[in-house]
Amino acid sequence: MSNITNLSLSEILESIKSKKISSLELTQAYIKNIENAKKLNAFVTTTFDQALENAKKFDNKPNNEQLLSGIPLAVKDLFCTENVKTTAGSNILNNFVPSYESTVTKNLWNNGAFLLGKLNCDEFAMGSSNETSFFGNVINPIGDHLVPGGSSGGSSSALAADLTPATIGTDTGGSIRQPASFTGTVGLKPTYGLCSRWGIVAFASSLDQAGPMTKTVNDCSIMLEAMSGFDEKDSTSINKKKETYSKNLKDNIKGLKIGIPKEYRVDNMPKEIDELWEKGKKILKDLGAQLIDISLPHTKYALPTYYIVAPAEASSNLARYDGVRYGYRSQKGKDLIEMYENTRSEGFGDEVKRRILIGTYVLSSGYYDAYYLKAQKVRQLIKKDFDDSFTKVDAILTPSTPSSAFKIGEKTNDPVSMYLNDIFTVPVNLAGLPALSLPAGLDKQGYPLGLQLIGKALDEQKILNIGYAFEKNCGYKNEIKKWWS
Amino acid sequence: MVVMSKEKFDYFINGEKGKYEVVIGLEVHAQVLSNSKLFSGSSTKFGADPNKQVSLIDSAFPGMLPVINEECVKQAVRTGLGLNAKINNYSVFDRKNYFYADLPQGYQISQYKNPIVGEGKVLLDMPYGSKEIGIERLHLEQDAGKSIHDMDPSSTYVDLNRSGIALMEIVSKPDLRSPDEVNAYIKKLRTIMRYLGTCDGNMQEGSLRADVNVSVRIVGDKKFGTRCEIKNVNSIKFMQMAIEYEANRQVKLLEEGKQIDQETRLFDTKKNETRSMRSKEDAHDYRYFPDPDLLPLKLEQKLIDDLKKSLPELPDSKKERFIQEYGLNSYEANVLVSEKEISDYYEEAAKLSDKKLVATWMMGDLFAMLNDKALNISNSPISAKNFAELVQSIKSGDISGRIAKEVFEIMVESGDNPKKIIESKGMKQQSDPKELEKMINEILLKNKDKVDQYKAGKEKLFGFFVGQVMKLSGGKANPQLTNEILKKLLKG
Repeated sequence: MSNITNLSLSEILESIKSKKISSLELTQAYIKNIENAKKLNAFVTTTFDQALENAKKFDNKPNNEQLLSGIPLAVKDLFCTENVKTTAGSNILNNFVPSYESTVTKNLWNNGAFLLGKLNCDEFAMGSSNETSFFGNVINPIGDHLVPGGSSGGSSSALAADLTPATIGTDTGGSIRQPASFTGTVGLKPTYGLCSRWGIVAFASSLDQAGPMTKTVNDCSIMLEAMSGFDEKDSTSINKKKETYSKNLKDNIKGLKIGIPKEYRVDNMPKEIDELWEKGKKILKDLGAQLIDISLPHTKYALPTYYIVAPAEASSNLARYDGVRYGYRSQKGKDLIEMYENTRSEGFGDEVKRRILIGTYVLSSGYYDAYYLKAQKVRQLIKKDFDDSFTKVDAILTPSTPSSAFKIGEKTNDPVSMYLNDIFTVPVNLAGLPALSLPAGLDKQGYPLGLQLIGKALDEQKILNIGYAFEKNCGYKNEIKKWWS
Repeated sequence: MVVMSKEKFDYFINGEKGKYEVVIGLEVHAQVLSNSKLFSGSSTKFGADPNKQVSLIDSAFPGMLPVINEECVKQAVRTGLGLNAKINNYSVFDRKNYFYADLPQGYQISQYKNPIVGEGKVLLDMPYGSKEIGIERLHLEQDAGKSIHDMDPSSTYVDLNRSGIALMEIVSKPDLRSPDEVNAYIKKLRTIMRYLGTCDGNMQEGSLRADVNVSVRIVGDKKFGTRCEIKNVNSIKFMQMAIEYEANRQVKLLEEGKQIDQETRLFDTKKNETRSMRSKEDAHDYRYFPDPDLLPLKLEQKLIDDLKKSLPELPDSKKERFIQEYGLNSYEANVLVSEKEISDYYEEAAKLSDKKLVATWMMGDLFAMLNDKALNISNSPISAKNFAELVQSIKSGDISGRIAKEVFEIMVESGDNPKKIIESKGMKQQSDPKELEKMINEILLKNKDKVDQYKAGKEKLFGFFVGQVMKLSGGKANPQLTNEILKKLLKG
């Protein structure tokens, strides 16, 4: 079983259940991969001893009735994990060890999985390239000069490099879907409120949503089923019956109506993206789906709206990092104000500071109406665009990103160009909808490209089904040479 | 609306330029009576060791989220109903952003544009008539922690036990015109909330504090003057002193032809003066925005209606009823409804004895004793039932008022039933006319000389005879009867 880590999560689960491999052997295989992949810088913290303990415990008393029986998982370092350092990729939480477990990770453990380590990410999930992390940038296994996307860049890199059988990220403006697209993997941002935000280090509360990142659509349905669910500790959590996404996964999409929004054809978009989109349309059409041209007229306002709403919420959410009760505290300063200033100056990186400044500005008296209030109104219009379209179509197909993975350092001095990478992903967050990014092809350099399926609120099953059918007929396969080991 | 009667309102400050009136508005912060905090399960009990009642939410750990405490919402609605106010079916929690060491989140969750309770009113009984004070709004918000600056010469300590406790901020309209009205207003709010059980009104424990807005203007001016806000005053006495000082300070400035700056001030209780804390220019920009962690609060009308139905009788209507049902005057009724426990005590006793006499004895001896011993009526050593029996014994003539005071003292000490005390100590009054006549005749015989003097016109001696009767009867002779019989026999 030397190649066990090449397999998909569902295949591994089969191997565990049929006793072809033990949880311990599986865990040891991943640990070996992780130790050989230090160059990728995907991990901030590893919990190998704890993982080996848990694997042995499972093997001694295997419970194969669970969704994730005996599976070691690494998770984004934005999820608080009990007694395991949780940094959010920031110096200000460099020494922070929570005494509690986030609801989403607890759900995973309750379904039989256990922690393998904590994955690098952009600082406080602010970034599209995983270059803003205090713990250094992460490298895309596709190529040693490429970013893995962000903010869940450690997650996408680790997954594509076989360092974890599946993982979870968070998606505030595309932080799951864009890195999935950059690494040829599957990423789902669920409906806002489907997965609890309790215990996840907050970036922008009205947009943040945790979701799975996997190698296949089936894996994605298994992970979503395990991690989602109502949580009374999160007031924005949706109280509904839990769904069995994996059991209900079907590849028959005959008759489904797929919307093609004209506004997603942007200026200067590489020809390859257009061709990829055409390819996607053809595959769905060949499967019996009906393509319908739709319009989402307010799409062009989504990015500016997002870059008002998200920083505004972040500026307030990050006020708690003041060095008083936990985390980093500067030793300099003669009074409280100076201690705050030094702590936050030394504790936060440039991108975080930039967003705190923007957020503070747009909420300031005299500017609130012109920025924040207007952005909230536009947000309603963007949501209404989708609501209107979903009276006509079952799902919407768009490219995931306007380009493939870019070079490390290429956009670090140009934040606006970096932000533009989120152009296709942010409208979904503003509208609170579910969206799935699927690997769909390669550009001429051989880098992966993704397509995005957007669904109605709580319609995860439908986009998973479409994705499942698409995956079977697309023929995409990640071929990654393990150049790092 | 001021209904003048009895006395005239006369709180004005006289200056060279005219007569000034003082305009006051209050923002009262009342701690909600609830077992747990507004957004967390931590206890709200007073007096715990520092930082012993702090959850991960109260101390703002990463990833922690607030969940509204329904009981606090109900308490705010009840209070709103008690203030005859509009309850808003839709309200929103906002974040008020500012940095301070005892504010763990870096923001306070409050309500800004859409409070849970809208306009209402409170009725004050002033010596010059009743006066209505408008309520602008009531909103829910979190309390901050406490910074302790005097534990260490170089460090500040922070206690987060209060952090996250639910407060109701009750904002009045600028309808108050004197320190006395402020006193009456705070007491009335306190009474209403204590009746409702929504705030214990304990000012020593900080359950009731106020920001006081003060401005002055020449009587008759339509426009309000520039106001100053005196922050966080925690006793009625200090509020009154602060207003007094601040109003005079402002009048002095105006008299000197100077301007009043809109600013936030602090009241220094040691120096009895207000001091500038920050000017309008330095005012915090709180960057209010709706808290994205909390959905808007939507109240179903049925919940509001049910709460309304379950409200207890409130002081204003109870007062009316006491006047109607028990024949009390307005003053007595006011005093007896001032605390729910007092009104309960009164009603229990009044049903068993003379309504008017119970009121008189309660407001006299009982209150004096409680005051002396620093007790509340709820832990009075005399139960309402025993108290009623004591009053009944006076009413029936079994004991005189003077003896009653002795019985009362024994009741306080022993907690015993008054009948038992009267019986066992033989304190019952001598009210048999025949017995009394016999006794008086004996006294008159023994003091023939004095009887003659009396008959010759020395009427002062009447007191001497009464004294002799009391001495012989051991103080138990019915005084009224003694007077009557004495007069009759001395005439003969």
